[in-house]
Amino acid sequence: MTGGMLFALTGIALFALGVAGVVLIDHLLRRILAFNLMGSGAFLVLVGLAQRNDVADPVPQAMVLTGIVVSVAATALALAMTRKYHALTGRLELPEDGDV
Amino acid sequence: MRRFLVLTLCLVFVGALAVAMLELAPPAIDLRIPVHGQLAQTGVSHPVTAVLLNYRGYDTLLEIAVLLLALLAVLTVTDDAGVTAPHAEHPVLQTLARVAAPLMIVVAVYLLWAGAFRPGGAFQAGAVLAAAAVLLHLVGLLPGWRSPRLPLRIGIVAGFVVFLTVATALLARGALLTYPPATAGILTLLIECALTLSLALILAGLFLILSRDEQAP
Repeated sequence: MTGGMLFALTGIALFALGVAGVVLIDHLLRRILAFNLMGSGAFLVLVGLAQRNDVADPVPQAMVLTGIVVSVAATALALAMTRKYHALTGRLELPEDGDV
Repeated sequence: MRRFLVLTLCLVFVGALAVAMLELAPPAIDLRIPVHGQLAQTGVSHPVTAVLLNYRGYDTLLEIAVLLLALLAVLTVTDDAGVTAPHAEHPVLQTLARVAAPLMIVVAVYLLWAGAFRPGGAFQAGAVLAAAAVLLHLVGLLPGWRSPRLPLRIGIVAGFVVFLTVATALLARGALLTYPPATAGILTLLIECALTLSLALILAGLFLILSRDEQAP
């Protein structure tokens, strides 16, 4: 068990936590946070697996760096849409399938 | 019931993936050797920067395009109404922010310069600059943004435009984003400077445009 493998395993746990959050939580803000947790888990798996033999590989690191910036942009867009939704409807949960 | 089902499935997922990962064979292709082998031709000596701006320049070009798109989308879903004036005015915080902001600019320039030979680069520098803007906004020294006027728009698209111009100019050499080894260093630096400016403005804009109050009280 190297440090990199530990990172990757932590990444899996974070990803699963995020998935559970996205599925179970109704509040949009917390759902966005859970989605970010999923992303962080995926990044950790990428970086961790790439250096599980204790020598870092620059290609996954560069890809994760790109991914982090894109995920920041996606989060900002999600927040902007959540704000708009709240301003229009006054709610922070999406309607369920049964609701009209 | 649903909660129990989801949590069980997640645990099974974690277990299965962890077992698979622990049994994973060593990678068939080791990218470190080609990355380090060609490093002399990239104009920079730090492998991550070389991957970002040279080997996989497409990724970075598309990334700045995605950021630009995100900012445009944020601008379309927020309206121009609302209060932009800062409200928090705490003298201690403001003094600290006034001291910290110039230091953050220095750090950003250092990170940009250091990216050529050690961890650092345009993204980190842009993030520090954006953080400085957010800090100044939070202590009430910088108002939130309405939809950007011409100078700000030029700054926001500069990174993408410069990157795309360099890429297109190099089409004459046969392929997009194939830098000649002799000028690769200076071209990378040029692109990184423009990227830093645009990234800082875009990231700061994502915060400062969204941080406006919805209605005037």
